This record gives sequence, structure tokens and C-alpha cells, in this order.
Amino acid sequence: MSEIITKSVKELNKALSDGELSSSEITQAFVDKIKEDDDTYEVFLTKTLDEALNEAKAFDEKGQAPRTIVDGLPYVLKDNIVTKDIRTTAASKILDNFIPPYDASVYEDLNEDGAILLGKVNMDEFAMGSSTENSAYRKTKNPWDLTRVPGGSSGGSAAAVSAHLAPFALGSDTGGSIRQPAAYTGVVGVKPTYGLVSRYGLIAFASSLDQIGTFTNTVEDAALILSRIAKNDKKDSTSFSGTYPDFIKDLEAPLTGRTIAVVPAFEEGLQDEIRDSLKEAIDVYKDLGAEIVEVDFKLLEQALSAYYMIASAEASSNLARYDGVRYGVRAQDYDGLVDMYVKTRTEGFGPEVKRRIMLGTYALSSGYYDAFYKKAMQIRTLVVNEYDKIFKKADLLLTPTTATTAFKFGERSDPIEMYLSDLYTIPANISGIPALSMPAGLDKNGLPIGLQLSGPALSEGLLFNAAHAYEKVTGNEKLER
Amino acid sequence: MDYDIVIGMEIHAELATKSKIFCSCSTEFGAEENTHACPVCLGLPGVLPVINEKVVEYAARAGLALNCEIANFSKMDRKNYFYPDLPKAYQTSQFDLPICTGGTVEIDVDGETKPIGITRIHIEEDAGKLLHESADGTLVDTNRCGVPLIEIVTEPDITSAEEAKIFAEKIRNTLEYTGVSDCKMEEGSIRFDVNLSVKPKGSDTLGTRTEMKNLNSFRALERAIQYEARRQITELKKGHPIIQETRKWDDTKGVSSSLRSKEEAHDYRYFPEPDLVPIVLTDEQIQKFRDELPELPEQKRARYIKEYNLPEYDAGVLTSSKDTARFFEETVALIDKPKAVSNWLMVEIPPHLKEAEITINELPFEPKDLAELIAMIEDGTISGKIAKKVLTEMFKGEKAPKAIVEEKGWAQMSDASELEGIIEKIVEENPKSVADIASGNEKAYGFLTGQVMKATKGQANPKLANEIIRKKVKEKIG
Repeated sequence: MSEIITKSVKELNKALSDGELSSSEITQAFVDKIKEDDDTYEVFLTKTLDEALNEAKAFDEKGQAPRTIVDGLPYVLKDNIVTKDIRTTAASKILDNFIPPYDASVYEDLNEDGAILLGKVNMDEFAMGSSTENSAYRKTKNPWDLTRVPGGSSGGSAAAVSAHLAPFALGSDTGGSIRQPAAYTGVVGVKPTYGLVSRYGLIAFASSLDQIGTFTNTVEDAALILSRIAKNDKKDSTSFSGTYPDFIKDLEAPLTGRTIAVVPAFEEGLQDEIRDSLKEAIDVYKDLGAEIVEVDFKLLEQALSAYYMIASAEASSNLARYDGVRYGVRAQDYDGLVDMYVKTRTEGFGPEVKRRIMLGTYALSSGYYDAFYKKAMQIRTLVVNEYDKIFKKADLLLTPTTATTAFKFGERSDPIEMYLSDLYTIPANISGIPALSMPAGLDKNGLPIGLQLSGPALSEGLLFNAAHAYEKVTGNEKLER
Repeated sequence: MDYDIVIGMEIHAELATKSKIFCSCSTEFGAEENTHACPVCLGLPGVLPVINEKVVEYAARAGLALNCEIANFSKMDRKNYFYPDLPKAYQTSQFDLPICTGGTVEIDVDGETKPIGITRIHIEEDAGKLLHESADGTLVDTNRCGVPLIEIVTEPDITSAEEAKIFAEKIRNTLEYTGVSDCKMEEGSIRFDVNLSVKPKGSDTLGTRTEMKNLNSFRALERAIQYEARRQITELKKGHPIIQETRKWDDTKGVSSSLRSKEEAHDYRYFPEPDLVPIVLTDEQIQKFRDELPELPEQKRARYIKEYNLPEYDAGVLTSSKDTARFFEETVALIDKPKAVSNWLMVEIPPHLKEAEITINELPFEPKDLAELIAMIEDGTISGKIAKKVLTEMFKGEKAPKAIVEEKGWAQMSDASELEGIIEKIVEENPKSVADIASGNEKAYGFLTGQVMKATKGQANPKLANEIIRKKVKEKIG
């Protein structure tokens, strides 16, 4: 039975279609694994295991073949995606008792597709962090080394897929929150083009940067699942309203004639094995017939600074609604309205959330707006231009996802050091382009390495094509536990 | 020393759209608390706004009616502040790129035309309402959250309470005419903020200004300005500086008091709303809105003067309200007596409306009934005096004028043979009057007419009665 949990979504779908496995068998296998291992990995914030088994049973009783790639298959959601009648906390104390009265569009879509929710998983509070250590509830472990973080903010989603507690997961990526944990845990993580997946029902961190994406064990699974959740949504004004490309049809296309850009300057400061992985990947792509071109990317550090201004500014406004008036937790003892606000927010938010609210409030304040927020928006334009220049020369950009492999709990206690974890992932959010992280071997400690592919807006099909080709050549080392 | 008063106004008007600005909840007034509220209105975690296209259209129409430039590109911004009636803790509004800029409105003051500059008009959402008088403490009603508003901001061109009132009335009429807002003062769907300062007469340097918010009637507007101007002048005369502050007008006591000073003013930390895309209007769309604008009060007034030959005053009064103008036009379409219709609408009907506490829309009769009434005067069936009594009956709302006249037996005596008998008798009984007439005193005819009216309880057709009196008196004199 244990082999069920290591199967890809595509394999599970086939087993269901062929009648080799029932939805109940599949779901039960994951439920058993969760019951066995969740205390070790500390992934779940809310489990819906009984409901999941009932849904699986209902699927089997219908006796029909799966209608979609995810029909009858279990999965998990990051706990910042709202689920009607299922507690949704964004890993914050301030939403400890919040039971949403409505569904996020993406959850509604997956429900319609027949996917079965196993539960809501851990994250950094309000998606602010790079290690999931900022959760108000649990410290999720990296399944490859329990003394190390799974990355963040979608650490729970990454660990769930890496440890085979779910065949796929959804997360959100504001500055690398899907790709960085995917790299740290050896899975495929995709941040689609901004606007491709509806944000309706995603608890906002930074509205202009947030994007929902996937965690899977294979590139093909990512393409298949993204095809289900990428669609226009009238409830999200920033939802892409044009023609959605087919992400699957070119999956096996040859890479001959494709150009892939690399930035030689990025090699500085990389962990040795990551630098080696990157060089090996370049050779793999050359062998596959792609042309490698070297380009400059001068704004890496400025993009990071701009990101922390823009994201914090938007967050300071997005999180102002948690005031104890209408929902969520309200402080017990207070003296008047202002005291209620202050105590509720002081008790309800963790230190990193408070830090960013203060940073963002400052950046938007009268007299500082021009120097901080406005300047950051100008840099944002420059980053967009920088990518435009690169994608005139190349179809894709290959970079490391992170400079190091997963770090130990408590190792990055300095916020700035922690912020640097997202150095290579942030520019894609700043400019709205798609990017994915794919597993690229292990370091000397046996920890996963991730490489990042990014491309122009709506180039997901090509990203999957290139990542799938790499995966086929190199294989994909799975956690065996 | 004399002082000049300098006033700029901000007018908030609720748009007459059926649904709210960012969701499909109803904007209807007076519903049970929190029944017109959805996750978007409540600012629940994860919700997103989607702009109601009608809001954009209505705001553009308001701008066109007030001679503004309509922007091809504008955007929404967030205005951040904490208050329990504001679920998101920010109001979605427009900051540096409003939908309309640079308009003018001409007002008539003492027979002179004066232009008032419109700086900008922007779109924003209303907040909810706090209910303080509850056993459970203060409660929030979110029905108003997300009701669409426009804010009209003027240049500091207004120089008196009277001008402010005339201007405010003009804005209300224009918004009402264009269907942009129903401007129901009693429901708070139009509110006025006043920025006021005074300066020595003729000085170029503006004084320190104060702001008064949420004045919700023309009377409050006028009185608040009069009070504040007087207060500032008195302070300056005493050598006290004016403090820049927001003041609260108490309409019952007729005084204003300090609410908060500039130092306590909010820093709203405006920034572009990332959840909404910019508002883009093409020249073709703007032209279409322009073509679809209805006749505005000024145009209507000019047409009334030209087409109906009405005095300027009448045209002004009739067009001051969309509903009065409609009633006028519908009545004139049935009886071609514009001046008579105008008199009834301006002079006779308003006191009845006031007494019954209703608007012209709630009249218990229709234009065809007023036309019927006027027609009866014209053809001599009733006198003007009787007609007023008929109108009183019409306000009871049960019968048409003809039926009233018939039932009450108020038709004029137009039967010559019947009148002749009565008049012959009166001439016989009043030899002195006949003698007076014979000696050249024509005034005595008036006395005889009066006697005839008395005898007929006012129902004698005055024209016919006069003819017969003259005939009978001449027979007498020989």
C-alpha cells in the first residue's frame, strides 16, 4: 500500500481510471500516512480526514471514471486560502476562531473538479516569512532533515508533498513563498503569471504580488493541476481575461533552437553544490539542443529592497481589517475603542507581522511616501524593463532558486538575513512573470537543491516543457522515509 | 475693518445605482441592519472588490453635466484609517487621478451670473453606520458600506452663505436631472462640507481655514456658514488667530465647536488600490455619455422662456426641480396655457404641498386633472376663485375637478335668462346706483356686480353678469 503515496497525480488518476485503485484506497493511504507522520512533521493546522474519506467513498459509490485529473484525489491547501465552514487562520492567532462563510474561487474550482481536501496546512503567519517559523501554531519540519526548516511561507504545503502526506498542494507565492520551500524540500513549485489563478479568497498579504500556485512531485503534475485552476474569475479584477494557453501540449516538445539565459554574476555567493548543479543544468540544456546566452541582471538587490517596501506597504493596509470589531479574536480586557484596537492587534499578531505592518505604515506615511513607496514602484518598473530586455534575447531564464539549501531552526534570527533567502525569487513577483523551482540533486548533507526557471508572462507551457525535459534527463530524487 | 469670506465646498452625493460599488448587494435605503451585506461589504479575509461599471458611468455623467474634463485614465486609491464603521480599515477612493477635473457651474446671484470652479469629482465608497443607542453598546450596520458616492470639490470661489446655498441647490438639481443621484436630503444622500476662511477686504492673502463636515440641509449649510464667518471675524477683531481645525456644526443649538485640530488630523497614507485595475474610458465612451445627457436645468429654463414665453422668474422656479418641470410639461401638453399652468404650480399648489408634507411626486392628482381644472376656468365653467376651492378638494384625492364641480354645484351661472331675472331685481332695488351711473359715476357698476355675486353665491359668470347689468341699467336710464 505504501507505494500509493509516492505515485504522481497522473499515476493516481490512471490507477483510478483503470480501476486498479479506488478513491477510498488512495485517500486512506494518505490519511494513514498523515496519522503516522504529522506529529513528526507538524504540517497540519486543521485536518478534514473523516470528511475526506466520506468524499472518497461517495466517489467510489458513483462508480464512474474520474472526470478531471484531480477527481477523487486528495490534496491540501495552505491555510490562507479560505474554505467555507472550515477554520482558516493564515497561521495567525488573530484568526484563531475564524470559520469563513464563503469559498475561495480556487477551492470552489477544485471542489467542482472532485478533488478531496485533507486539510489546511501550516505557513508563516499571513505568509510573511521564509521558514514557516513565524506560524503562531507549529514549527513544520523539513522532511529531509528534522532539524531544518521546510522554507516558507508555504512550508506546510511543501512538506506535505515532500513527505507524501498529499499528492499535491496549493500554496501562495508573494516573494518566493512557493519556490523557496519547494527547493528546500525537493519538490516542484510553480508561481504562475500574476492574474492567472484567481486571488478571490486568498487572504491578502501583498495584493499586487500574491499569486496562488502548486506543489507537486513532478513537472507534469504541475502542468496538469495548473490547467485546472488557471481561469478567469469575475470576482477578481486582476484576473487575466484573455485566452489561457495550453500548458500541456508542448510538454514533450524538443528544446532545439530554444535559448536559455543565465546570469554569471549570480554564481557568486552560492553554496558550492548549488553552483555545481547550475553548471550541470546548463550542460543538460546544451545537450538537449538549447542555446545558452549570458545576460546581466543588475537590479537583484534593488528588487529585494523595493519588494520589502511594496509588500509591507500593501500588507499594512491589507491587515488593518484585523481590528477585533467583526470577526477573529478580540482582546479580553480593554478600555475604549482605541485600547481595544491596540490590545487586539498587539496580542493577535506575531513579531514579524508587526514588523512589516510598521515598515509598511512608515513607507506610506506623509513625507516618506516619495522616498520609499514611490521609489520602490519606480524600481518595479525598472525590473519589468530588465526582464523585457532579457526575454528579447532568450526564451527562458535559468537561475538558482536559493543561494543555500535548507537552514536550521533559529539559524536566521536576523530579519535581513532571512529576507535574503528570497533574493532570487522576488524579481518574478515584482514583474508578475511565471517562475518555477525544480529539484536539482542533493548537497553533501543530502539536502535538496532547487533551480529556478522563469519566462515572460504566460510562458508557463514553455517553463513546463524545459523543466520536464530536465527532469527526464536527471531523474528526481525522492525522499525515501 | 471689513472682511471677505472665502469658501470652498465638498459635496458628497450618493449615486442612484441599484447595487453597491464593489459587489452586487442592494443600495436600497432603510433595510433591516446588516441585511444588505456580503463578505465583500464586511471586508472578510480574502475578498476582492469588482467595480460596478454603472458607478463609473454615473460619475462621468455628473462630470459632463458640471462641464468637467473626463479622464481617459483614472484609478482608485486606498485611504487608510481605523474606525468601526469601515470594515476594511481603508476607504476605496480616488486620490491623485480622479475621474473628472476642471469644471464650472454658473450660479445666479442678485441677477448676476457668477462662475464657481469645480476642482474635481471623484468616486468613493460610503462607510457603514454606528448605532450607539443599543443595550449591547455600540453596534455597526454595514448596509451602507460600499454604497457608491461621488465627491464634488469646488475652487474657493464662494463668498457668502447665500452663494453657497444657491450653488448647493444647483448641484442638487443637476445631479437629480441627470439621474446620477436622487439627492434625498432626508436620507443623507447628499451632504455638504464647507472650508471657510476670512481675510481683510481686498487682501490677496488667504486666511487660515476651518472645515465643517456633513451639513445635511440647505438651511444648516447657510446657517453654519453665517455662524462660522461671524465667529472668525470676531476672533480676528479680538486679535486672536484662527486655528486650522475641523469643526462640528450643531444645527439645533445653532453653534459650531472644535472637533479636531490639524495636529490631530489623520495621515491617510493614500496609495493605489492594488485589487482594482485602472479605470479606462475611451473618447467614444465619453462622447456616448455626453450624447445621452438629458436636458439640464439651464437648457430647460432657456427653452421655457423661448418656447412657452414665460417670464425668467417662472422658468427658473419651474425648472428648479426635475419633478416640477415634468409636471409642468405634461400639463402644458394637454392645455396650451403655459402662464396659467405656471401660476398654479408656483403659487397655488406649493402651500398645499407644504401642509400635506408631500412632494410634487406624491400629488393625489395628475397633470391631466390640473389641465382639466384650468380648462374649466378658460371656458367659464368656474371662476378663478371657485377653482381654488376645487383644488382644495382635489388634494383630498378622491375626484377629478369636473366631478367635484358637478357634485358641489359650483358651475357658474351662465344661463342668461336665469341671470336676467336676478339682475332685473337688483337694478330695481338699487335706484341710487343707477342714478350714480346716469350722472357719470361708472364705479357704481362694481357695486351692482358685487350684489349680483352675493345673490348668486359667487357663481354668476362675471362676464355675462356684467353685460346684463349694463343692458338693464341702460334700459332704466333710457
